[in-house]
Amino acid sequence: MKPTIRKATTQVNQNEGLIFEKSSAGKAAWKLPPLDVPEVDAAKLLGEAERKDLGNMPEVSEIEIIRHFTRLSTWNYAIDLGMYPLGSCTMKYNPRVNEAVARVEGIANGHPYQPEKISQGALYIIKTLSEQLIEITGMDAITLQPAAGAHGEMTGLLMVRAYHQSKGNARKKILIPDSAHGTNPATAAMVNYAVENLKSDSRGMVDIAALASQMNEDVAALMLTNPNTLGVFEQDIHKIADILHAKGGLLYMDGANMNALVGKVRPGDFGVDVMHLNLHKTFSTPHGGGGPGSGPVAIKKGLEPFLPTPVLTTKSDGTLAFDYNRPQSVGRVRAFYGNFGMFVRALAYIQANGPNGLRQTTEDAVLNANYIRKGLIGSYDLPYATPSMHEVVFSDKLQLKKGVRTMDIAKRLIDYGFHPYTTAFPLIVPGALMIEPTESESKEEMDLFIDAMKSIAEEVEEDPQTVLTAPHSTRVSRLDETAAARKPVLRWKPTS
Amino acid sequence: MRYLPKSPADREAMLKAIGLRSVDELFAPIPAEYRLKRDLNIPRQMAESEIVDFFRQRSRENGEGYTSFLGAGAYFHYRPVIIDSLISRGEFLTAYTPYQAEISQGTLQSIFEFQTMIGELTGMEVANASMYDGSTAAAEAVMMAVRLTGRRSVVVARSLHPEYREVLATYATHQGMPLSVADFTDDGRVNLEELEKSMTAETACVIVQSPNFFGTIEDVTAVAEIAHKHGAMLVVSIAEAVSLGIVEPPRQADIIAMEAQSFGVPLGFGGPYCGVIATREKYVRQMPGRLVGQTVDKQGRRGFVLTLATREQHIRRERATSNICTNQALIALMVNIFMNVYGKVGLKELARQNLAKAAYAAAQFGKHGKVLFGSAPRFNEFVVQTSEDPRAINERLLGHKMVGGLPLKRCFPELGNAALWCCTELTTRTAIDTAAGVVAESERSVRSSRAEDVAEVAQ
Repeated sequence: MKPTIRKATTQVNQNEGLIFEKSSAGKAAWKLPPLDVPEVDAAKLLGEAERKDLGNMPEVSEIEIIRHFTRLSTWNYAIDLGMYPLGSCTMKYNPRVNEAVARVEGIANGHPYQPEKISQGALYIIKTLSEQLIEITGMDAITLQPAAGAHGEMTGLLMVRAYHQSKGNARKKILIPDSAHGTNPATAAMVNYAVENLKSDSRGMVDIAALASQMNEDVAALMLTNPNTLGVFEQDIHKIADILHAKGGLLYMDGANMNALVGKVRPGDFGVDVMHLNLHKTFSTPHGGGGPGSGPVAIKKGLEPFLPTPVLTTKSDGTLAFDYNRPQSVGRVRAFYGNFGMFVRALAYIQANGPNGLRQTTEDAVLNANYIRKGLIGSYDLPYATPSMHEVVFSDKLQLKKGVRTMDIAKRLIDYGFHPYTTAFPLIVPGALMIEPTESESKEEMDLFIDAMKSIAEEVEEDPQTVLTAPHSTRVSRLDETAAARKPVLRWKPTS
Repeated sequence: MRYLPKSPADREAMLKAIGLRSVDELFAPIPAEYRLKRDLNIPRQMAESEIVDFFRQRSRENGEGYTSFLGAGAYFHYRPVIIDSLISRGEFLTAYTPYQAEISQGTLQSIFEFQTMIGELTGMEVANASMYDGSTAAAEAVMMAVRLTGRRSVVVARSLHPEYREVLATYATHQGMPLSVADFTDDGRVNLEELEKSMTAETACVIVQSPNFFGTIEDVTAVAEIAHKHGAMLVVSIAEAVSLGIVEPPRQADIIAMEAQSFGVPLGFGGPYCGVIATREKYVRQMPGRLVGQTVDKQGRRGFVLTLATREQHIRRERATSNICTNQALIALMVNIFMNVYGKVGLKELARQNLAKAAYAAAQFGKHGKVLFGSAPRFNEFVVQTSEDPRAINERLLGHKMVGGLPLKRCFPELGNAALWCCTELTTRTAIDTAAGVVAESERSVRSSRAEDVAEVAQ
């Protein structure tokens, strides 16, 4: 059979070495203005601390830097090029007005220690975003200080610990469903809680009976992702919250999948005590090849005394200020106030949407996932028939008969012009294909995706070798990861 | 909604294909009593022009047009234009973490180059792909030293940025890592005797900052000697990356935790910035954060992949070296481009200008106020003690559209009326002279009022 690759075609792209391989003495991309103060003798001022040599730092011209990075950029896939259906990652459109407003002078150049009197603009942004995120989550208070989702988890669990401590017993462990993100157990360990695994039931949801039997006064909290990593809404959420609360435990929600809920349901209304958001997922700040993120933590009233310091307050004269006098605070989790530039972008996103836009966004995200689910049923095994929210998880069970695994299918998808879905996660589904289209995909793009996935399923039957050796259209073929880890080469070194 | 690429007809067709009558059915899994039956109480949808106006207004309320002498972990350096041109390319801006190496070679190669340059500048063998910021990098570096030594206690120099110390305290509290603090001497550097006394057989590491919070360059060789003599590691925090152009890097350190904001990252009211950890090759398996390594593809062509992932949370879960996942990739790209622009020669010249401006400013301020810690070398920051509360002086400077140095009373009450001033290549001589003039005026008025008091008493 002949594959029908409609979205992508081959194109010449440029080779490009390492920047160090272009460097030669005397080339420069910089020019400083003449010094308007007397020259200094560095040797005299610094003595032994004076640095003489900067090693192998490059010397290149401006055009070479432009070409270097532009060429490198063409080797990347990106949301701007097409659908990026990484489950759990929410790769949605990153609006450009967000970027423009983050670069307005007073916002881009504001110093974190400039007097509050001339920081009212930044403080107003923090206040406005905080209030809107509180309304969206249905929680009572929030900190924007954490730098990313995992950092938010740590901050949230620190508050959980402080809360229990204030009641006389910090408790010993955190319950974590087997479907959870790896950051959850890693975070619990950082806050010195033991991790206890919680099994999922046949619907892919928290096993209520197991939870009831595992819950006791040693459990500080349950870390729950809702919808969970199967894209399934925990329908017994009220029972889950009740079981925890009855024994004095707290319900922590990992907000990684908040894109399924905004404007439709609020975690604060269904019993969540602490949760983090990922502004780089739900609220459209760019992923940038792996960050920066921003991981605000929203909480219920009872945890407010434990918020990281400082906390924004309104003074009696109506001006905004930071309150550093928080005796019960868990402390500071980051210098300054968090990834402020991401607050600006997230607020611009909320403004562009308004209440109706946010609701429509959520509806489209869920509609898209279900459209793909419908389109691929039959071609791929669906391990859990439970209704999907914003993402759908298939498995490679049917393809495995031909020796083809989820990673192979993912690599072949690259030839069809798509970024792969998330592979091999969640761990409760062997050979998982985790697909999250987000609201940013048109019907046409998704039809192309469904066709591509079906075409690959046919290839697996007729010509599995093509799939097993994919991708065929990229600059490099599959890379030797084992060799990379066995003898790590983590930097360039001159050959001579 | 302008970001959503669907017509009502598309939505109808899709619902029909799924076999549903209405969107509400998609949300049936959510128990009815929790479904929101109203609009979120947030402002109505805004036009792009309204959004731009909103943020322009906020900008005007946020120190727009002020000249600033603030540093203290966040530095105002010139950002070459091409940084934003290049990072705005959608292929960098809107890509995910480069897990699918075949279609992420651009990001991967650029991180490999970043790791190399950070290694060159810090004198370390390996650097990671980034951490959140300098403060969390410092805390994670300390935890790394704890894992590597199997010891738990930590000696912290008081001349480490106060907010870094606070973050470290937060991280350490529940790790059972006791912290002790070593004070500074009157040259502004860590007190070596006190440091020596704080060392025990349980000390995992010493952490100092250099240039330290006061802008003073620590005697890293002496600190390293003490740490190593007691079998502990030395962690050095670097908050002002431009110093690396002219200040010898702390090569005796075992781990360097750096804030690279100075390299082309906007001040942005405190973030996003770019932390980095650099260390020796033998410690790499205890390093937190992502790492890019070089390898080959099936045809033997050079390529790059994320590597040593068994340290990380998505593989190792509760036994990972850290919970860090998303880092600061795009900011690291800004840093990378900045390092390329200035390069081997430019970074040195840039650092030299910073050194010269601060030396000039310290001399000017020293004519009126008292410049502390003069006996040790410094880079681009210095502490000035005045007769008057620096907040009052700063209040007057605001009238000149200037932001004065950071008052230190809250964190270092024993220094009295002291403030931390910073000059970079962007600080003009005119601005320095104006600010020094305001300090001079303050000293004169204090002196004349004192003279009046004396006269009054005499009468």
